[in-house]
Order: sequence, then structure tokens, then C-alpha cells
Amino acid sequence: MEYFLTEQQKTIKSLARRIAEEKILPVRAELDEREEFPWDIIKDLADSDLFRIFVPEEYEGLGGGCLDLYLVIEEISRVCAGVAISYAASALGSSALLEFGDEEQKQKYLPDIASGKKLAAFALTEPTAGSDVRAIRTTAEKVSGGYVLNGTKQFITNGGEAEIYTVIALTDKERGARGASAFLVEKDTPGFSFGKKEKKMGLRTSSTRELIFRNCLVPEENMIGREGMGFIMTMKVLDRSRPGIGAQAVGLAQGALEAAIEYARQRVQFGQPIISLPVVQNMLADMAIQVEAARALTYAVARTIDSGAERFTEESAMAKVFASDMAMKVTTEAVQIFGGAGYMRDYPVEKMMRDAKVTQIYEGTNQILRSVVASELRKGKARQG
Amino acid sequence: MPLNLERERQDKDELLNLGREAYLRTNLLIQVKRRNVSMNIIVCLKQVPGTTRVKIDPQTNTLVRQGIKNIVNPFDTYALEEGVRIKERYGGKVTAISMGPPQAEEILREAISTGADEAILVSDSALAGSDTLATSYTLARAINKIQEYDLVICGRQTVDGDTGQVGPELAEQLEIPFVAYVSKIEEIDNGRMQVQRMVEDGHEVIETPLPAVITVVKEINVPRLPSLRGLAKAKSAKILTWTTQELGTDKNMVGLSGSATRVIKIFFPQRVHHGEIFQGILENQVESLINKLRDAKLI
Amino acid sequence: MAIQIDLDKCNGCGDCIPSCPFDLIEIVDEKAIINEEGCTLCGACQEVCAYEAILIEMPTEPEVVSDSHRGIWVFAEQRGSKLKSVGYELLAKGRELADTLKTELCAVCFGHNINETEQLITHGADKVYLVDEPTLADNQEDLYTGELARLIQEHKPEIVLAGATSLGRSFIPRVAAILKTGLTADCTGLEIDPETKLLLQTRPTFGGNILATIICQTRRPQMATVRPRVFKKNTPDKTRKGQIIRVDFNKEGITSRTKLLSFIEDITEAVKLDEADIIVSGGRGLGKAENFQLLEGLAGVVGAALGSSRPPVDDGWIPYSHQVGQTGKTVCPKLYIACGISGAVQHLAGMQTSDIIVAINDDPNAPIFEVATYGIVGDLFEVVPILIEKLKGE
Repeated sequence: MEYFLTEQQKTIKSLARRIAEEKILPVRAELDEREEFPWDIIKDLADSDLFRIFVPEEYEGLGGGCLDLYLVIEEISRVCAGVAISYAASALGSSALLEFGDEEQKQKYLPDIASGKKLAAFALTEPTAGSDVRAIRTTAEKVSGGYVLNGTKQFITNGGEAEIYTVIALTDKERGARGASAFLVEKDTPGFSFGKKEKKMGLRTSSTRELIFRNCLVPEENMIGREGMGFIMTMKVLDRSRPGIGAQAVGLAQGALEAAIEYARQRVQFGQPIISLPVVQNMLADMAIQVEAARALTYAVARTIDSGAERFTEESAMAKVFASDMAMKVTTEAVQIFGGAGYMRDYPVEKMMRDAKVTQIYEGTNQILRSVVASELRKGKARQG
Repeated sequence: MPLNLERERQDKDELLNLGREAYLRTNLLIQVKRRNVSMNIIVCLKQVPGTTRVKIDPQTNTLVRQGIKNIVNPFDTYALEEGVRIKERYGGKVTAISMGPPQAEEILREAISTGADEAILVSDSALAGSDTLATSYTLARAINKIQEYDLVICGRQTVDGDTGQVGPELAEQLEIPFVAYVSKIEEIDNGRMQVQRMVEDGHEVIETPLPAVITVVKEINVPRLPSLRGLAKAKSAKILTWTTQELGTDKNMVGLSGSATRVIKIFFPQRVHHGEIFQGILENQVESLINKLRDAKLI
Repeated sequence: MAIQIDLDKCNGCGDCIPSCPFDLIEIVDEKAIINEEGCTLCGACQEVCAYEAILIEMPTEPEVVSDSHRGIWVFAEQRGSKLKSVGYELLAKGRELADTLKTELCAVCFGHNINETEQLITHGADKVYLVDEPTLADNQEDLYTGELARLIQEHKPEIVLAGATSLGRSFIPRVAAILKTGLTADCTGLEIDPETKLLLQTRPTFGGNILATIICQTRRPQMATVRPRVFKKNTPDKTRKGQIIRVDFNKEGITSRTKLLSFIEDITEAVKLDEADIIVSGGRGLGKAENFQLLEGLAGVVGAALGSSRPPVDDGWIPYSHQVGQTGKTVCPKLYIACGISGAVQHLAGMQTSDIIVAINDDPNAPIFEVATYGIVGDLFEVVPILIEKLKGE
């Protein structure tokens, strides 16, 4: 389907696809098997300027929009969703800085992120706080010269590999919604260490770790924005990143669909390729329809955000929910089409199915996001009513 | 005699486990300026047909070219990559040059997208039919017109001509030293360069004064993919085009007149099939094979 | 115009279009148009045109130069004071050419402490020009280039042959450029044209699928390089007599600009592929690196060296020193067993002159079967173990 991408977007898309096919495809199975962080590929992405896409030109970036970023995520996910999340998480981890940081902070951190020299990560989730964001317990106590962080973050993507962490911590428990603030914490800051690396169902090449803060002193100038803005910033940052997960899901599903079509063309049963069987054709058609619908929705939301819209919480949630649910369905169907072979690790689809599951969970579980959409609907009705 | 494949696999494991430290060390984004040597590098590129496997129509016994697009000679991408790496390490600039028809401009733009600073196309119908002698003469005139340069890098051979002759002949036309099959540039300093080059049974370490011409093998590096900024630059770049007029070439030294060799015939090898393909169950086939080999006193 | 379409004869059939290796022909207004830039005048279109509408005009060349160039030279390469086999192989071919032209065959040899000059005579040379000098011991290319060019200018041979080794491919082109003469690399065939008496140099192009015959019409000497093992050396004739001429090296004339600092021998190659009588070789059909162990097993039983086509080397399954093919080694063993190798032209170029070729591949259409002496169409993972078992059983 024609999406009327600009020349620049077409260039970005084809370059990302080329990197995915030439550099990621040959090693994705091994990266998954060994659960190793894809440093070589991060370097290739960095050398091709792909990290510059989400950084403004003043800070050595290329000043791209959300759609540009999502196109890269989609193309990489088509080959390996694990590599894609390692890339996308750096964008997420820089998001608060990009939107709310001051000039000094941007000058200090963004050039290295744009060049890919340093990766970023976003640290919100804790053992007590998943969907219930407000239940975080990590504290940031004001002292002379800065804030002392104490607490543990859990399931942080790029944990241990990133150099720059956006950490959400409580500065004043009593103030409820205004109780948290956002901090930029550098790796190797005394008092900041990492817990074990998680062993996951999917996205196994991505590094997921606990972050441990024990009397970690963060300088004053590393607070992003004003004290108390932490939760609000988080919501805004996630609004921007959720369609990116939508893009990841779309790419993932696209890869699964293509694999399933190719297999169905080659696999001969009952004297003909199984793609001639109506039942398989129906499955493939449903998959293709779903993928395209999710893509169209995700791109539309991206364009909305890029047009300068101020509020897009509902749309952003929709894109993520629809695409991730779709990806889970499509990858499962792909395994089904592969039959017995699909269950074997020698074939790529079982990995895609394992990778897909988490897209329904992270960056807001689809249940939470449905309630977000519902609450927007209710507000809307209240406004119109 | 059994190979130590296990050992080789372990080496590969180590490479994969290097992690972040090595990432930073090998990160070309870190500019290391060594004694400000500043190298002016020229890389020679050639556009070739996309597949060397030109098929034969068995009925007419003629060439069949199935939608083959033109590409840059793969060996030349290693030459370009090495030029860009030297520039990143020592400072300087990379000029890509190609002698070919107008469509060769494509590969020059590709070169800019992967790190060349400038590109020159040498193109003229008078150059048609050039053999390696005429080609090296023409390229030498172009390089002399560029005047200031420290190093000329070529790929070891083209996939269509396969001769590997333009590099060394170019060196003689320019009257500068030549080293073939370079597999590693070790050091550049004070008008001298130290390299490793491949020979049949190992490597030689050679020191050469600069300027010099080298040809490189693919073991020397892994060519990079284009960057977004490179692609943007390539799109808007002005490719300089030089004809025989700009180069002031002698018309007896270029094109067909300047070629010492010429193709008088192209033909397709008649493959007469003498072989025997065994039949039957595998066990018996293997038996038959062993008997034949034994008869030939090979085992 | 060097190439032209006779518009009266051309009927726009378009048969010429797919024949052009460079995609230079199109039909416009029902007539063919050839884009001259990039045209190498290879003549492929001319051959295909049923209407003889394509005219290729060669520029009128002056008549063949005076007969002042006589004799055939073979450059006999050495390493560490020992002459390489390729020199003897070329002497065999050179002898044949010299006999046809009724001229003399000379070997040219640079190095230090070279003792094999008699062998050069018994292998066919009438004369040996020997430049024996300590500075020439290490194949110092600047010196070799200068000295060979000088000798050629002095003695004016009509044909000069050399091995297409890393040395040959490196310095012979430089000699050709100095002499402004023609050089054809990697020849697989050399003959004398009965009428013109020119050297007909045949070599593969386009990856080996097509052969081209090339001549060097007016310039002298006609130079050609040949890969090792393309020609076979003669059995030495001990009764042959010849002249050994020691040439003084003119040190003042030529200096070496490059310096050889050290030589590192390649130790990973277990058994030298070049010298092996039997080679067991694996290709993409092996599937993964570990499966070379299966071939190692077979190699062990028959006493073979281990080879590989290019894809396994590119994928890192086996080091480059085992690569056989156009960009690897050319081999000519008594027995070459190709397992899981499809037989791409580039690979065949490196092994098709082997005495006996055995191919094991599950694709009956694999090109390797066209050159194989014996073939088994089957899964190598079934065939090779059976082969090993039966061989061991004896």
C-alpha cells in the first residue's frame, strides 16, 4: 500500500532494510541463542547515522520525526525484534531529555547519543510498580549539591549496556501525582550498580537488567525539568514511544508473514504447495489484512504526532494495542502454517512468536492501555455531552 | 593433520564476547589523529556487470544477459573502505575516480555515500575499447591532473576483466612504487607506509615511500554501508567529468588505438561430458566408486 | 566510428539486446542503437545478428613491426633459491611454441644461489639468462621489474611468458607498461596462429563462462601470464644441451624503493594444497562449520588435504588458505573429491584440470557433474560416511 513517504523517509527505510538484511539476518539466530547484546550491529546502525534520526540538528542529529524513527524500528523488527528494541530503547531513554531537558543537559548528552557512542535507557518499572506507576519506591532525597537515589528498578531494557539512564524517582511521596522527578544518571556513578541479566522468553539479544541505587549521588543539574514533574513527563514520553512499539509489532508481523508465504509456496503436501489450499490462503489473507491495518494506524498516529498535535494519548495507545495484539496473532499463525517445522528452532518463526508476546506487555500492558482509551472516551463523552 | 577447527571456533567466540570495551576501542567514531599526517587518497573504481555468471543459451550458443544491473566492482569497495579508514585515522581526503560510460556516475555517488569526499568521472567515447595499457595511461593522466596525492588504492582485480593489471601498470605510468595484495596497513608516517601483503604461502611486511599505488585484497577490511548524511551528500554532490580534452591525452595512447591487446574472438567452451554418474542404491554406488579409484591406483 | 549499425540491414528484431554483456543496446524507432561508451568491441552482438547489420571497424594498424624480435622467454620464478614448478610448466608450453615458430626458448631467472639452471635446460630451454645477486634473493619487485625490462630491451624476445603468481601478477604488468606492450593475464591456452604467426592468448572472462582469444598485434614482446598447474611440465630430457649465460646485475641503473621488512609464513594450512595428490573439498552443501569434521574424517582415511569452495571461507567455517578457485588456489591433484559443491565457474577455474574429479551432490543438475569423472547424486551426509566405512573396512 502506498503511504506517500517523503524521499528522505524512503531513503531511511531502504537503508534500514539493507542493514537488517545484510548485517542482522545472518546473525539473528545466533544472537537469540547466545543471548548476547548486538554490539556489532549497534555499531553498524550508528555508523549509518540511524541514531541521529531522533536528535535535533543543533545537537548533531538529523532532526527526524516520529515516522522516520518508526520506519527504522519497523525495518529492523522485520528481521529481529530484539535488535530493534535495543535501538528503540535508546530513543525512549533520550525522550525526556529531548522534550524537557535544558540546554546544558542537551549539549552534554545528546551528541554522544546521536553518534551512537552512548546508548540510553528509560528506568521506571520496579518490583512493586509495573502498571501501577505511582507505586514506585525509589527515592531521590534532596541534599546539598544534588539528590541521593535509593532503590531498585526492574526489567530495564539496555540495562548494563547503556551509559545514560533516565530514572524516575520519588522526590516527595506526599505530593502524589507531583511526587516524582526525572534524573539523568550516568553509568559508573558511585552507588549505581546492576543486578543480574534477565533470561527472557523472547527479545533475548536485548539486555534486560535490574538497576540498583544505593546512596547514589546525582548532581543537581541532572534533574530533568522541574521537581515533581516526573510522572507527567513519563506519561508524555510513553505517548510518543508507544506507536514505536506498534512499529516494532508491525515489522515483526511482516517478517512472520513473509516467512509464512515463502514456506507455503515451497511446502508440498497432497501433491501441491500448501499455498494452493484455501484454508492456508484464508490464514495468510487474514494475516496480511491485519498487518496492513496495524501499519496504517501506526503511520497515521506518527503523522499526527509529527504534525505538532498536543494530545495524542488515546491514538498512541490504540496503535500499540492493535499492533501488538495483531503481532501475537500473526506470529502464532505463522508457526501454524510452518507446521512441525515452525516449532523447530532451525526455522525463524518460533523466535518471532516468542518475541511478539512482550509487545502486548511492556510500555503499558494492553489492559492498562485499553483503560486509557476508555478513560479518554469517557472524558470525550463528558465533553461532548 | 586434522584441522584445529575447534580452536578457530573459540577465537570467533572471543570476538563475539568482546562487549562494550572493545566496541569503544574499535569504534571508528573515535577520531584518532596520529601526528597529523593528513593523507590525500585516490581510489580507483570500475563499474561492472552485476553478474559474472553470464549464461549461455544452449540452442543458439550465445550470451544471455538476464536483466543484469551494473554494480561497482566488489573488490573496489574494499579499496574505498580502506581509503576512508586511512582518512579517519590520519586526516586528509578521499577522491574516488572512475573511467567509464556516463552511467558509471552511479558508483561514484555510492562512493560518496560511503565516505569519499569527491568524485571524478573520466568519460569519453574515444576511450572505448581500451585495454589495461590504455586504461592505465588514461587514469594516470587524470591522477596527474589532480596533482597532489599521497596514495592510490585499487581493488586487486575486476570481476569482468580479472586481469589485475591496471594497478601495477598505473604505478609505472605514474612512476611511483607499487605494492600488490595489501592485506593490512600497519603504519603511515613521514612519507613512508608500512603494510602487510599476501603471497601464496604467507605474508610479507613491506615498507614503501609515498606516494605509491597499492592494490588491496578483501581480507583487509569489511566495507561499510552508507550513512544517511553520506546518502544526502551523494545525492547533491557535483561529480566532475573529464573528457580526453581536459586530460590532454594523446589519441594514439587511448581507446582502441592505445591498446596493445585486442580480443579477436569470444567463444563458449565446449564442455564434453566424459563423466559417469553412478546409479543404484547408495551402497552400491559407493562400491563402484571405490573400485574405480582403486583401479586408478589412487587408494 | 568503431562500431556501427547498418540501418538498412537492421530490422529492429532486438536479438542483439540480450547478447551485450554491458547492456548497451536498445531499440529506438525499430532500429538498434548501441551506446558506444563502454563498448569494448567484443563482437558478441555481431555474432548474433542474423542480418549482418553490425559493423565493427578496427583502426587500420601499421603492418606488423619488423622481424627484429625473436625468441621465446620464460621467466622462472624462485623462492628461497628454489625454482617454482610454474617455470618448468611454462617451459613445456614454451618448447611447443618455440618449435612451431622455429625459434629459441630461453629461461630467465633472478635470485641468489640458484643451482637449478641445468634443470631449466633439461626441461626444454635452449638458453638460460641467470642474474644471481644477493639483492635479488627476496623477489624484490622494483629490481626485478627494472632488470627484466632492461634485458628484454636488450635481447628483444618476441614472446615473454611468466607464472600468474602473486609475484608474476605484481611485477610483469609493470614490465609491460614500461615496454608499452600488451599483456594477457591468466591464460589457459597459448597457440601460434599458423598464418599471422601471432601468439593466440586464450583466457576466461566473465567469471570463466566465456573464453576470449586475445592478440597483441603490433607491440613487442607479446606477454602472457599463466596460472600454476594449467600446463603440465615435461619429463626432463637429460640429453638436452644448452647455454647458461650469467648476466651481471647493473646495480646503478635500478634501485629498490620498497623494502621487505619480514616474511611471515602461513602456518594454519595443514597440508599444502598445492602439493597434495588427493584433495577432499567441501562447499556450501556442508551447511555449517562443524561438518568439515566429516570431510576431515574422509581426508584422514585417504591421506588427502582439505579444500573448500568460496562460500564456507566467506562464512568463516574454514580459513582462506583452503580456498580453491578463481580467488583462491588453483590445484591439479590426481584426485579431487568435491562434496556439497555446486560447481560455480569460479570454483571450477581452480580445480577442473585435476586428473580425476569425483562429485557428491544431491542436486543432479549441479554444474559440478559436467566436469566430474565420477559422480554420485546423493546426500553427502549419507554418502561420505558410507565411503569412509568401506574404505576403513579394508
